[in-house]
Amino acid sequence: MNLVLHQFRFDQKVFWRNPASVFFTVLLPLIFLFIFATIFGNEEIEERGVQTTTYYVPAIISLAVISATTVSLAINLTEDRERGLLKRVRGTPLPPTVFVAGRVGNALVISVLMVILVAILGRVVYDVSLPDQTIPAVLVTLAVGAFAFSCLGFALTAMIPSEDAAPAVTNAIMLPLYFVSGVFIPDSEIPPGVLQVADVFPVRHFFEAFFAAWDPNTTGSGLELGHLAIVAGWGVLGLLLALRFFRWEPRR
Amino acid sequence: MPEPVISAAGLRMSYGDLEAVRGIDLEVQPGEIFAFLGPNGAGKTTTVEIFEGYRRRTGGEVRVLGVDPQKATRQWRQRVGFVLQECRLTPELTVREAIAQYAGYYSAPRDVGETMSLVGLDEKADARTSTLSGGQQRRLDVALALVGDPELLFLDEPTTGFDPSARRQAWDVIGSMRELGKTVFLTTHYMDEAQVLADRAAIIVAGEIVAEGDPAELGSDGGPEAVISFRLPKGLSLAELPAPFSRAAKQGEALVSHASGDPLADLRVLIDWAQTRHVGLPSLEVRRPSLEDVFLELTQR
Repeated sequence: MNLVLHQFRFDQKVFWRNPASVFFTVLLPLIFLFIFATIFGNEEIEERGVQTTTYYVPAIISLAVISATTVSLAINLTEDRERGLLKRVRGTPLPPTVFVAGRVGNALVISVLMVILVAILGRVVYDVSLPDQTIPAVLVTLAVGAFAFSCLGFALTAMIPSEDAAPAVTNAIMLPLYFVSGVFIPDSEIPPGVLQVADVFPVRHFFEAFFAAWDPNTTGSGLELGHLAIVAGWGVLGLLLALRFFRWEPRR
Repeated sequence: MPEPVISAAGLRMSYGDLEAVRGIDLEVQPGEIFAFLGPNGAGKTTTVEIFEGYRRRTGGEVRVLGVDPQKATRQWRQRVGFVLQECRLTPELTVREAIAQYAGYYSAPRDVGETMSLVGLDEKADARTSTLSGGQQRRLDVALALVGDPELLFLDEPTTGFDPSARRQAWDVIGSMRELGKTVFLTTHYMDEAQVLADRAAIIVAGEIVAEGDPAELGSDGGPEAVISFRLPKGLSLAELPAPFSRAAKQGEALVSHASGDPLADLRVLIDWAQTRHVGLPSLEVRRPSLEDVFLELTQR
């Protein structure tokens, strides 16, 4: 456990000192919230019976968590693998599980931070109420999502051939998914056929789970077990792929 | 006799049809600095990666610190340090932090500050690793390998791509391993590196060891006794020299170099010829063949 904390401490240092990590993972989601809330104003989305801003807070939270897990992990792990860093660490007595725990712990802490930042920003600037009745649902959704999307980050790393390809491959997968899943555009504007495609993937289900927690019309716990099951299923698939294909040695 | 730190018998490694390592036998004794020499693609890195436990072999027996590296445990990894051929360090950390991070992986690490001094990076303690020169990065890499206080150190081409002064500094660091009582297994394609640093050396060519021994004496049996060299006198061509010099290798514009099996006889012929013709022999030199000469001869066979 001490070793996990040791590793986590250095992962945190590296994260906060890397301008690209801080910009893309921490600042960009906040900027997105500003942009979308400004462009689409405070209209009502009739289909969901909420203000646009109330829709965007859980949407951007989903994006921020995915960005802190899948996207960050895939890009940084690929870079570290191609640098020879993973191979080098593998040759030390540090158990691989501790290395992984450090990275996932880092992703989880950044995810928690982002949920708090986006929620507070939504509350202060756009008057989106905090999910006080549904905090357990938020925590469960966050835990399931961070686990699943971290596993997918490791799986994705295994599919990326080179350092240069990492941001391109990751974004080529995630950006279209954000669009079709209603993270960038409210899903009331997206054709049903497109939403059916999005329903195959975990992003939309992850958003739905967070949305239920933020939706003022939600009665009860706000826990969306069906959506979470699909997210978790993708996580397990990611885990299996990662266990099978993840490599510590450079591909070149 | 103490148990060897590394022993390999009939070590083989194939990638499909390609046999990268074709039956290597070698032993490295405790406290030795052993140089593993060879041209690029000879099988050096494959061999060292088998010893490090990174690669499975396709044949033969290997023991490193008494353990088969294919079955490397955490305990074994506590006792082995290494510098990989290519590894860029985490640019966001400082020198001190990078060493402290690795120190945390070992049960009985060396002092971080002391390790920094050992590789001469005290002044860079708080510099980000990304600001270090290539030579400094490599020395930091050596520090990461040393901080766990290993008994055995693998260095895979530790000075490739260095300028001469960076190489000298790296050599000082590697040479100091001897005082620390470490066993060092060094791969290199620089002959002078082996000659300066190593107690023993082996030369690998196309997956086989072609020579092994004291680097100063390597190739002395059966190889040339001495190298006779001089600058070609002005106005003469190589063909006008007496045999065997008329068939000698010409290096650069005018340097004649002959690896001689009987230097006394050859010199007599050369000097008699020069006196008869009244020509000088500028920069005449007779020297023992360097490892480089041996290496070139062996790898060109």
